[in-house]
Amino acid sequence: MKGELTRQELFMRQHKSHHRQIAFLRLLLLVLFLIAWEVSARTGVIDSFFFSSPSKVVALFVSMCRDGSIFPHICITLFETFASFLLVFLVSLIASTLLWHSGKLSEILEPYLVVLNSLPKSALAPLFIVWLGTGTKTIIVAGISVAVFGSVISFYTAFRQCDPEKITLIYTLGGTKRDVFQKVVLPSSVPLLLSTMKVNIGLALVGVIIGEFLAARKGLGYLIIYGSQVFQLNLVILNIIILCIIAMGFYKGIQVIEHRIRKRMQL
Amino acid sequence: MTDSYLLSLRDINYSYHTLFGETKVLDHLSFGVKEGEFAAIVGPSGCGKSTLLSIIAGLLHPEDGTISVNNPDGSFSYPRIGYMLQHDHLFEWRSVYNNVTLGLEIQNRLTDERKDYVNKLLSDYGLEQFKDKRPNELSGGMKQRAALIRTLALDPQLLLLDEPFSALDYQTRLSVSADICHLIRQTGKTALLITHDLSEAISLADRIIVLSKRPATVKCELPIRLTVKDHSPVAARNAPEFNGYFNQLWEEMKDEG
Repeated sequence: MKGELTRQELFMRQHKSHHRQIAFLRLLLLVLFLIAWEVSARTGVIDSFFFSSPSKVVALFVSMCRDGSIFPHICITLFETFASFLLVFLVSLIASTLLWHSGKLSEILEPYLVVLNSLPKSALAPLFIVWLGTGTKTIIVAGISVAVFGSVISFYTAFRQCDPEKITLIYTLGGTKRDVFQKVVLPSSVPLLLSTMKVNIGLALVGVIIGEFLAARKGLGYLIIYGSQVFQLNLVILNIIILCIIAMGFYKGIQVIEHRIRKRMQL
Repeated sequence: MTDSYLLSLRDINYSYHTLFGETKVLDHLSFGVKEGEFAAIVGPSGCGKSTLLSIIAGLLHPEDGTISVNNPDGSFSYPRIGYMLQHDHLFEWRSVYNNVTLGLEIQNRLTDERKDYVNKLLSDYGLEQFKDKRPNELSGGMKQRAALIRTLALDPQLLLLDEPFSALDYQTRLSVSADICHLIRQTGKTALLITHDLSEAISLADRIIVLSKRPATVKCELPIRLTVKDHSPVAARNAPEFNGYFNQLWEEMKDEG
């Protein structure tokens, strides 16, 4: 039967070609968009002063890379986002563990958490500036404030969703409440915690950019506001594109971590 | 009074309380379990059988009544209880081995002696080659055997079995119950089985305690003597006395349904 494909090989081949097709069409969409943008800017269909154009954005990026002026901004935004993300994770884990541990506490705090979660966090930013001044600290706090309340609620909900019979099992094996948390509640919540973390990284970035709009001299958010004030729309669009890439990078990073944890726990 | 009982319950009352009122579940319930005995509890569904086991296991506290312990060695310590639930509840994030040693891990008793015992049980029940596998790679019967090993690893004096076979298909159910029966007879452990399957109760137990519908009291007790050589559940079903006991139980349960 040499030369002929088995059914399995045929299936594998179809699977691969499907994925290649999707990847190709994705790229094609981007390229077509960029071409349409560039052409309409050059032919004057859109005003490139307001809408910029791919070539102008690239030119600006190259020149900012040459004089190195873009890197401190990227670094500070990355650092602030990462710091808020980590702090959100720690605070949520500790707070939701306490809420899980004490049913009374969670009942008392529930309405406050709901209100704080639905509050538009940008409304808090001016307060943070007055309290903490302008600078990295304020921006990290702004980043935390956007993600933390929703994250605490999600973590706590994940803990609460644990199968009560599995909890009974731990008690029948002579375990304490601490064992229940360590052996069942925490490990069974891992998938939900990971998906919450994926949302959090995006929210932390939102908070950091809001913070930089209002209270920074550095960072991509600052460059966007600065660019719009001096009508440098090339700068604004360049920074938005960089933000897209950063957001994608963070998301992929968490996906890799998620994949590794799932593989290790064999979930 | 009831010296031969390892554990005796006297006048146990228990009610569930909600905002809509009180539901009396157990009403002056009294019975005992002898050392080395295999007792079964049958009763209409929802009569509070599981509540009763939870009380014996110490997960719930009776509102009234006493549970007294009479160890053969004269000590007053509460017997070590092994509680087997309806579903295996093996954790997917642990290997089979780490699942069966969960109780030992929790109680900090992972000694070499205990590990050897667990390994012996694993090989007795044909689970040795699945030690490092995940629970989802086991069949339903193997999972329930693993759950049994997890319970036995703690070397309980009293085994509480809360319908441990009801989630299995009929064939697996017979073979798993044969395994458990064999093990309990072999080691002389005291066991209390809850079931709604009358033939299962007759084929496994030395004595059947029939509960009334809610609020549950002991309706009658029925000692079982079957003239069979081996105590396998299949052989027991063929014993000449089997049908007589079955009809007797059926009559008792009929007015309670």
